Amino acid sequence: MVRHALFALTAAAFIASGPAAADRFIIVQSTTSTQNSGLYGHILPIFRERTGIEVRVVAVGTGQAIRNAANGDGDVLLVHAPKAEEKFVTDGHGIERADVMYNDFVIVGPASDPAGVAGMRDAAAALRKIAEAAVPFASRGDDSGTHKAELRLWKEAGIDVAAASGSWYRETGSGMGATLNIGAGMGAYAMTDRATWTSFGNRNGHRIVVEGDPRLFNQYGIVLVNPEKHPNVRAGLGRQFVDWVLSEEGQSAIASYRVEGRQVFFPNAGG
Amino acid sequence: MDSFWRILGEAVSLILAWDSDLIEIVGLSLRVTLSAVAISCVIGLPLGAAVGAFRFPGRTAVIVVLNALMGLPPVVVGLIAYLMLSAAGPLGPLELLYTPAAMIIAQTILVTPIVAALSRQVVEDCYREYAEQFDSLGVGPFDRVAALLWDARYSLLTVALAGFGRAVAEVGAVIIVGGNINHVTRVMTTTIALETSKGNLELALALGVVLLAIAVAVNGAVMTLRASAVRMAYA
Repeated sequence: MVRHALFALTAAAFIASGPAAADRFIIVQSTTSTQNSGLYGHILPIFRERTGIEVRVVAVGTGQAIRNAANGDGDVLLVHAPKAEEKFVTDGHGIERADVMYNDFVIVGPASDPAGVAGMRDAAAALRKIAEAAVPFASRGDDSGTHKAELRLWKEAGIDVAAASGSWYRETGSGMGATLNIGAGMGAYAMTDRATWTSFGNRNGHRIVVEGDPRLFNQYGIVLVNPEKHPNVRAGLGRQFVDWVLSEEGQSAIASYRVEGRQVFFPNAGG
Repeated sequence: MDSFWRILGEAVSLILAWDSDLIEIVGLSLRVTLSAVAISCVIGLPLGAAVGAFRFPGRTAVIVVLNALMGLPPVVVGLIAYLMLSAAGPLGPLELLYTPAAMIIAQTILVTPIVAALSRQVVEDCYREYAEQFDSLGVGPFDRVAALLWDARYSLLTVALAGFGRAVAEVGAVIIVGGNINHVTRVMTTTIALETSKGNLELALALGVVLLAIAVAVNGAVMTLRASAVRMAYA
């Protein structure tokens, strides 16, 4: 059995060592929001034209992206949870962390707005109202950047969501898109980043009800994975990508990206 | 019902438009799944036939395990394959993670138990008819397995198709070890998952119909081959 398994592995390795192997590529562990909004489809061809380097994006939740990168399964990390990114660096997995761009989180909900929070600017107060009205709230529940930001707000609102989990507080344990689909299906409120929401196709009457609170700020950062800790990291190519993203050209490529005519990411490197 | 017909229409126009992205995705789906099924058959058919034809201590336990492994959840297979292939894992130096090879390995783990368990049953039924003949002719163990596999080949074709169906439809394993990277490891099922997460439900469903059409085409092709093989054998 063991010999068979080994044979299968070698055979599979043999079969796949074929066409897809471009030699100049890097793997970027990143988040679904940047991928689903189409940002990478806009900026990566520009980078490739400039350098000839192919960027392969693995888009998962921020929590999973950081864990994958901590295993050495990626050359660059581009996510949105600054505290977790800094911990990634202090743990020795990354070289240094830099701000790339920002946008903001918004709270979306059904058009009928059963909790009466539409137009509020104080996000924590709005969440408190949703909790008091016990209207369904769909949470990512997956340790992603958005989930972490949402939990911080609940804490500020003084609501113990763990106690409400399963009643009005619904933890989907899924990605942003899946959570929005569920929220649209059950008439629940949800927190999401503006880029994902602007490009999301299945709104089902849901709309933005709360926005503009400074606490809804959503910062994206970039980290080069540490080649001393993970020798397989393509540090040279990864460094080129990081430098480009932070350069004037990279930053203006981000700024020029539009979804339905609107800018959804705002570059702020070096800020 | 309205939206159902619209989605069906969109699926048909997707197939008719046949743009290069779709061709690439369909091609990779077929390459990955057919490779995985082929490797699974190389391992699973002889394994299943041996368990079906021979009596040995612990045989019942082996059968129970094989049958149980048919229910392996794809996500679990994906995680196991990820932990093995990760740079931090034992096979990390091969640098196979996030390549089609990783997806083939994951699907092979998923499909091999199905091929082995089903072919065990097919061969065992076959063996009851042949046992006496084998004994009187003094056929050795290796030749027994080979003869049984050959004589049961048409039933075993259905076994391979069952494995194909399982592999081509799963998303949990390939999305973890492949990473759903555009133009590198994006297959039909991961594209459907991606479009669903973007809220493009109609496009996702239309792609699902395309996937179904591919499965029908592959099954149809195999059945046609089988029919002409049978005709030639009895002509």
